[in-house]
Amino acid sequence: MLRLEKRPSPSRFWQMATPVLAVVLTMIAGGLMFALLGKNPVEAIRTIFYDPLFNPQFAAYSRPQLLVKAGPLILIAIGLSLGFRAGIWNIGAEGQYIMGAICGAAVGLAFYPSESVLIFPAMVLAGALGGWAWAMIPAILKTRFRTNEILVSLLLVYVAEAILASMALGRLRNPEGGGFPGSRNLSKWEASANPELIAGTGMHWGVVAAFIAVIAAYILLQRHILGFQIKLAGQAPRAARFAGVAPTKLVVLCMGLSGGLAGLAGLFEVTGPAGQISIDFGSGYGFTAIIVAFLGRLNPIGILLAGLLMALTYIGGELAQFMLGLPSAAIQAFQGMLLFFLLAVDLLSNYRIRLAKRGVA
Amino acid sequence: MKRRTLLTTAALGLGLAFGGAAHAQAMDKVKACFVYVGPIGDGGWTYQHDQGRLAVEAAYGDKVETAYQENVPEGADAERVLTQMALSGCNIIFTTSFGYMDPTNNVAAKFPAVKFEHATGYKRDSENVSTFGARFYEGRAVIGTIAGRMTKTNKIGYIASFPIPEVIRGINSTFIHAKKVNPDVTISVVWAYTWFDPAKEADAAKALIEQGIDVIVQHTDSTAPLAEAAKTDGIIGFGQASDMAAYKPSPRVSSIIDNWAPYYVKRVGALLDGTYAQVDSWEGISAGEVEIGEITDAVPAEVKAEAEAIRDAIGSGTYHPFTGPLNKQDGSVWLTEGQTAPDGDLLGMNFYVEGVTGDIPQ
Repeated sequence: MLRLEKRPSPSRFWQMATPVLAVVLTMIAGGLMFALLGKNPVEAIRTIFYDPLFNPQFAAYSRPQLLVKAGPLILIAIGLSLGFRAGIWNIGAEGQYIMGAICGAAVGLAFYPSESVLIFPAMVLAGALGGWAWAMIPAILKTRFRTNEILVSLLLVYVAEAILASMALGRLRNPEGGGFPGSRNLSKWEASANPELIAGTGMHWGVVAAFIAVIAAYILLQRHILGFQIKLAGQAPRAARFAGVAPTKLVVLCMGLSGGLAGLAGLFEVTGPAGQISIDFGSGYGFTAIIVAFLGRLNPIGILLAGLLMALTYIGGELAQFMLGLPSAAIQAFQGMLLFFLLAVDLLSNYRIRLAKRGVA
Repeated sequence: MKRRTLLTTAALGLGLAFGGAAHAQAMDKVKACFVYVGPIGDGGWTYQHDQGRLAVEAAYGDKVETAYQENVPEGADAERVLTQMALSGCNIIFTTSFGYMDPTNNVAAKFPAVKFEHATGYKRDSENVSTFGARFYEGRAVIGTIAGRMTKTNKIGYIASFPIPEVIRGINSTFIHAKKVNPDVTISVVWAYTWFDPAKEADAAKALIEQGIDVIVQHTDSTAPLAEAAKTDGIIGFGQASDMAAYKPSPRVSSIIDNWAPYYVKRVGALLDGTYAQVDSWEGISAGEVEIGEITDAVPAEVKAEAEAIRDAIGSGTYHPFTGPLNKQDGSVWLTEGQTAPDGDLLGMNFYVEGVTGDIPQ
């Protein structure tokens, strides 16, 4: 008989090992699924995990794309992880991402067709502010009226999507677009463009910001009193209050930070890879970032790796669909397995598995 | 796998070596690739495009290899998918949704030796981009006639996807022809902001039925609105993009079928025999790209005959669905007596005709 025994404190070893174990288990279960679909599982797994990085035909293109795809995920997930650590659940990063993009783009387009070098910095600022302001709604409702920030932030995503559609069709629509929805292409207007900084690397300002956020979050959590307060508030809220942590301030701060970073991610996306405000600009980064944050154990370095891994499953998954004819639902199921196994093996860091004799337990 | 890699590498090498000059030459084998916005099992838009792909395979056998990717979001992701396709050695890539317009043109500029065919768009930034569409508004004229005759409440419900000219054209054409046979008819439009989302589409149908409509016309791709209509007696609808024959004889009383096969077979054939050239193709009933699915017995014989007469008149070119006198919604004159709409007006249509209620979302 197997028996679970709660550990006095979470195992450090298993906290590090479970993400790796989850990836391995996903490969096995996913391989099984691919085999049932009549595909060679080894080839499928290799196409997802190996080909985007090393296949001579694709790697030169897909390796930089890894950064393009991982950049916004990491940037958003870093912000979310701070709140999650303090027990503040911002589920609406997707909405903040969209609002950041809209505000940033609106500021830029207001100056079209000026070529001033100040436009892009102004847009970055507006993007961060837009995301921040959108996150302030659930934050203030929580601190003032004790509403649930999970519900409010999530529902505001749908509001943001409606605003996005209305902007793409109305105020921000390209007046030279022949009546079609969508704004001017920001990546083709030099003053607002967020291009590849070094050709062939995929590195744009959003990726740079993501790396800076990782480092800043690491320092904040390791060295700064605020990081200590965040961790304490999450682990022992009562103790935190005795230690002089003001919960209201923490909520406003964490929500604001995660909203601002999500807004930045949206701004860098709309000025770079996406290029324009369109009805379907929101592509789910805000939700996927929640998975990335947990996959990375809410640890900045972990999130960096998790973001890259997630990006790899996207890009490799596309390749597998196309090269091997796998249905797209199979790839989504494969990504879902990753989160499922992660949560399942999480048990190991909090519990010990013991062999017990029948009848004793 | 090895053989394919070898082939594609060879094709890529060839493409690079000949560059722009290669397009005028005949090819021994073509790899045709397709990007789909929905799943191939949607029973509508994407399903029909995939039928076109299968028709290409059937027509050219082992002279052609096809590949496809489904559920590709319209945006930054599409650009990556297209690039990966071009890198893998596709000779011609069909991008089958409006939202792929910018990605298609961006990637086409980087791969001059690969042909790109964008459905329903209007941008052809480089020589290797062609656009193609179908005059679905011709089909809408036929089902609009049936809708006008069949409605007892004089209320037609319309599930629209996005407020783009393509969709607005369909609403106008449906309304004009319903009104022609039934002056009391009104039309209620619900914007779903999706091409394919069975849950949203079912909700939209439900809301319309509650408002008292008894005919549903849809410009979204799933069968959900028909499934919703089937729950209430006396509600009818039409197959969209695909025949949706499972809902015969009612609620599905007819359908507009997109038949992409003739175009796909023609374009891949042109690439094979070296006659390929850039086009802006917009064909309708006459070329077989727009078909009217069987009109079932749920429709009275005289209505059926009337609808078929319109279909044949459009097909033979004696009737244009947008023929004046027609006013815009605000009452200003659009087309005078006998005047037909120029294609430019139709392609950029962003206004309702007189009598349609509600506003186009801005």
